[in-house]
Amino acid sequence: MNRAVQGVILLLLGGAVLRISLTDMYLRYVRDGLRPFLIASGLVLLAVSAATLWPELVHRKAGQPTHRDPEQSRGQDMERSGHRNPEQGQVDPGTGYDRPAQHNHHSHREPVVSWLLLLPVLALLLVAPPALGSDAASRTGSALSTRAASDFPPLPAGDPVVLSVLDYATRAVFGGDRSLGNRRVQLSGFIMRGGDGQIYLARMIMTCCAADARPIKVALMGNLPDRLAMDSWVEVIGRYSPDITEDEINGEAIPFLEVEQIRTIPAPRNQYE
Amino acid sequence: MTHHRPDPEVRQSRSTTGQRDPRRGPHGQRDGSEREANTAPWRVGATEVLAGGLVLVVLFRDRLEALLATPGLQTWTTVFVSIVVQALPFLVFGVVLSAVIAVFVPASFFAQVLPSRPALAVPVASGAGVVLPGCECGSVPIAGALVRRGVPPAAAFAFLLAAPAINPIVLVATAVAFPAEPGMVVGRFVTSLVVAMIMGWLWLRWGRADWIKPLQRLNLDGLSRWQAFWASCRHDLTHAGGFLVVGGLAAATINVMVPAEWLQALAGQPVLSVLALAGLAVLLSICSEADAFVAASLSEFSLTARLTFLVVGPMVDLKLVAMQAGVFGRGFAARFAPATCAVAVLVSVLVGVVVL
Repeated sequence: MNRAVQGVILLLLGGAVLRISLTDMYLRYVRDGLRPFLIASGLVLLAVSAATLWPELVHRKAGQPTHRDPEQSRGQDMERSGHRNPEQGQVDPGTGYDRPAQHNHHSHREPVVSWLLLLPVLALLLVAPPALGSDAASRTGSALSTRAASDFPPLPAGDPVVLSVLDYATRAVFGGDRSLGNRRVQLSGFIMRGGDGQIYLARMIMTCCAADARPIKVALMGNLPDRLAMDSWVEVIGRYSPDITEDEINGEAIPFLEVEQIRTIPAPRNQYE
Repeated sequence: MTHHRPDPEVRQSRSTTGQRDPRRGPHGQRDGSEREANTAPWRVGATEVLAGGLVLVVLFRDRLEALLATPGLQTWTTVFVSIVVQALPFLVFGVVLSAVIAVFVPASFFAQVLPSRPALAVPVASGAGVVLPGCECGSVPIAGALVRRGVPPAAAFAFLLAAPAINPIVLVATAVAFPAEPGMVVGRFVTSLVVAMIMGWLWLRWGRADWIKPLQRLNLDGLSRWQAFWASCRHDLTHAGGFLVVGGLAAATINVMVPAEWLQALAGQPVLSVLALAGLAVLLSICSEADAFVAASLSEFSLTARLTFLVVGPMVDLKLVAMQAGVFGRGFAARFAPATCAVAVLVSVLVGVVVL
């Protein structure tokens, strides 16, 4: 792989990173707090690309014989061959890459793997995969972590009380009646269907990136419309139900919610909790 | 790629670029006739491959999207992209820092800072990991730059292993993920430090220099400092970045394909559960800043098993091994990674029994 191609790949990569971090797209893949670092790394990638491509362009235009020597100007280490040229005359094109005497066995392998950098670029710019949804949630067990059951702060004011799926599930499983009582709660998440046909409201919780995302599931009961499309986003208003079911995958407790109202909503800006 | 308009000279050079491998052996002095022969048939070089490939992808974009629209593949793509996107800032940070080390920090600096006896340099280098915030992707190019700068490999490897696990960000994340188990933070810190030092000393005792491939050394002589800086950045980014993608592909595949049920079956057994979580840490390749939260959610497993998960993960995982193979060579990675994994499991179990 020559320097110009490396420069172009870095340009594309930097552009892709900037595109997702300057829009909200990055929230599909990584946590909110990473944004400034993504923007910074996108800018560094563009700078490295510019520093790589600039000499290529300049030398091509100038047509200086030393640099334009076709055997020499295209290597990874154009800098070096440019410097050696006056003393050594025709230098082997291999020197454009590395010091051949020392690196014969290795230098040719790495550039091939650099091509793979195009994969994330293409995935981001062309495919733009969505945030994890019901498919990922159905592969992984609900991720309530056991914590001290007694000390839940009182529910915030409001009717219905707006809670996160994680908050509701934790209170329902570990705090039960004491924590939720008969208050109406409002949750939002996406729809997933279990193997047994049970409808769940799910939400992925993410710490760092989608690779560590784990679902939190709440089983819905009661007044449900017939056709709830998988992955559609809904806002549910309902009440705590003492029923508990077990996750098919890891046996974790999944609480129920007695649904009173359900309506579809657009996916939120950040689909993870 | 647009600036590559065909003119005979460029064609010729491209052909040598794209097809150089067969010629690399005996080519010391190429004579004129060979060069002419080289000019005549027009060969496809890297630039053409890139341009043509991009055009094809854009043309068949709809097909590509349809192909990836099945739920399983979509999940895979999302996980793959997110692993790479998440790691990229750390990789860029590591690459820039290693370029600074390569260009602006004189080699004498490390000779002064580190104890001259390598056996003492190992613990100092391990402890120095405290100051490098971030996850493991950045530490591989930095370790490469340190070795090139004359730091004893044993010390550089100790730093490579310790830095991702014992820096403040990771320790705070661990404390947040295990609010009821302060021993977890202590255990993680101590175990990771000890494993890094042991590996450094093991390398001193038994490591052989020829296991490390001759480091890809950009020749920076004769360049201005900034030219050298950018050349080093470009070189490290395209190399380590490519291997990061390899690791991301593997980790995403494991992440999506391995059924979570398998793990549950092992959770109750004391020995198998430790090995299972060590294996999981290697395969999942989760960033060291996030692994504590995943460990916290693996609540069926013993604390010792989860400590093993937290110690092994930042030291040995698919993307890390791929990057180590890229920077230090396959022969190195094939020996270093399994040894590290074994030492990490053993020390984790010991510490787990004592502390947790």
